[in-house]
Amino acid sequence: MDLHDLTFLVVGATFAVYIGIAIWARAGSTKEFYVAGGGIKSWQNGMATGADWMSAASFISMAGLIAFKGYDASVYLMGWTGGYVLLAMLLAPYLRKFGKFTVPEFIGDRFYSQGARLTAVGCLITASITYVIGQMKGIGVAFSRFLEVDFTTGLFIGMGIVFIYAVLGGMKGITYTQIAQYVVLIFAYTVPAIFISLNLTDSVLPQIGLGSAMNDGSGTFMLDRLNQTVTDLGFASYTIQQGSTMNMFMLTLSLMIGTAGLPHVIVRFFTVPKVADARSSAGWALFFIALLYTTAPAVGAMARYNLTTTIQNGEVGVVEANIEYAERPQWFKNWEKTGLLKFEDKNGDGRIQYYNDKNKEFAAKAEAEWGWKGNEMVKIDRDIMVLANPEIAQLPNWVIALVAAGGLAAALSTAAGLLLAISSSISHDLLKSVFMPNISEKSELMAGRVAMSGAILVAGYLGMNPPGFAAQVVALAFGLAASSIFPALMMGIFYKRSNNIGAVAGMLVGILSTLIYIFMYKGWFFVPGTASLPDNPANWFLGISPGSFGALGALLNFVTNYVVSNMTAPPPEHIQQLVEDIRIPRGSGEATGH
Amino acid sequence: MTQKNEDAGVAYWKANLSLLKLCLAIWFFCSYVLGIFFVDAMNTMSLGGYPLGFWFAQQGSIYIFLFLIVFYSIRMGQIDRKFGMDEEE
Repeated sequence: MDLHDLTFLVVGATFAVYIGIAIWARAGSTKEFYVAGGGIKSWQNGMATGADWMSAASFISMAGLIAFKGYDASVYLMGWTGGYVLLAMLLAPYLRKFGKFTVPEFIGDRFYSQGARLTAVGCLITASITYVIGQMKGIGVAFSRFLEVDFTTGLFIGMGIVFIYAVLGGMKGITYTQIAQYVVLIFAYTVPAIFISLNLTDSVLPQIGLGSAMNDGSGTFMLDRLNQTVTDLGFASYTIQQGSTMNMFMLTLSLMIGTAGLPHVIVRFFTVPKVADARSSAGWALFFIALLYTTAPAVGAMARYNLTTTIQNGEVGVVEANIEYAERPQWFKNWEKTGLLKFEDKNGDGRIQYYNDKNKEFAAKAEAEWGWKGNEMVKIDRDIMVLANPEIAQLPNWVIALVAAGGLAAALSTAAGLLLAISSSISHDLLKSVFMPNISEKSELMAGRVAMSGAILVAGYLGMNPPGFAAQVVALAFGLAASSIFPALMMGIFYKRSNNIGAVAGMLVGILSTLIYIFMYKGWFFVPGTASLPDNPANWFLGISPGSFGALGALLNFVTNYVVSNMTAPPPEHIQQLVEDIRIPRGSGEATGH
Repeated sequence: MTQKNEDAGVAYWKANLSLLKLCLAIWFFCSYVLGIFFVDAMNTMSLGGYPLGFWFAQQGSIYIFLFLIVFYSIRMGQIDRKFGMDEEE
């Protein structure tokens, strides 16, 4: 069976499993749907959270960024795992004790104000839509490769599938479906990594393989060899920091607090049976996430090594060491069809020269000594690396098919979850609770679907020309969540004096400052070509990139909340009592309905 | 709430906060200090084929985060019971 048919078979089979489970475990009532049944164990909840959490950004995009940025991409690894520490210690147990189902509900009650609730809804929708734009990019990449069409066509088909997937009731938040998705996803990620680790080193575990010696008898360590390979072509060293320390610090912090402020993750902790389970669920979630996150550095490094040595398969400068374009491997041709990989024969020798022509010194040497006229790999989209990785390493077809299924599972589960979060905040938190209290259940459902369709169209349109690679766009979403939701929640729990006006002012200052900063460099409302300033370190305020600003936005939020709260009337007695109450686990009871 | 309960509540919250401070200090140290601020100095040492700072940034900090949550979760369970704040079965 050829690769094409096999991929369809594997993807089809995994979808059949998800649908089968969804039908088998169909939620009987609205409440059952939200809490996914009281009998869910911590580890099961953790696994489902992992599937919900690990999206196209984690699965498809992150290792690609690591491959090309090396050490500097550590921000994503630390940022997207360290946030669970904050979540487990600062938010989850208290929100569980509070015992409602959505983040705006908590904010509305704790700050005794519809205004605060509406502000929270606005922040939540802004962050979620940005997040979905990043997912759309990943979905477009996965579908374009899978169906062998160009990126835009792949994106349109992906949008259609996401729509059906999210609207199909049974697929929403059912824990068992997500457990199945997690299993597919982690299997698809780790199996090729193990194969490749065994190809290059003698270690089965990629986590160990990356720190081991190559198995070609040279005794050279994997990372030393990689550093050598890339610096020989004029690229920056893989393991050494290139960007500014300040920006790395801010970006990591922004991703961490954004993780703890993202509504679709927090919601999972509202639904565990007990407060103690909220703490341990966060641990389980991080355990299942760490399986992928500790594998990703090996995937990235080994993909970079295999890609580079496929094109440059011998000593730099020797003519035969550059692969002939006519003899390029099949994966190269497949990715050329998507338009995400492009070659241009600048010196007309029919061979591929892949090197860093922005390194002036090296480029001059390459031209004078070897007649190289510029880097001929004019486009290597970072987001293709994970999907192309098993093909580059010449792994068996079933592994390649499995990776496609895993990528789709990751992208679809998260996109669907987020779209549901968007649609429920519009139909439930906005319409039903504030503007149209008498709306019928049917109209509420309808409004939710309309909102969802709108969100897919907006995100799909912006996903065609996204303001960065999938993981970078998702990082912007984290900045927005970090600057708005997290500080409001934390002040609500840890600072009794924080009041309604302080919370609203804080959230507004946080999200607006971050949003404006991002729009200035990435284009207003992410429309391409509308940026006010060029997006490079020289123009950034204090050298802080748009993706890192969320940490500063969060700080502004905290300070505004504190100052404004102290200048205005303290919260009423019953609110202070509420804060006392959520701080202790005793008497948690079940999460209650709306 | 009676006076006794209130005192227990205050002591419980204090115990929680000091555990939090300890955990967050470790959280900050292993990721930001070892993985970012002092990465160059750390990279002069190595762990197998990994430069040590690079290892903390891409592997070690994740393991430590996991350990921290487990540790916090167990310690908090003990504190809950000590102050009688745990959930009734």
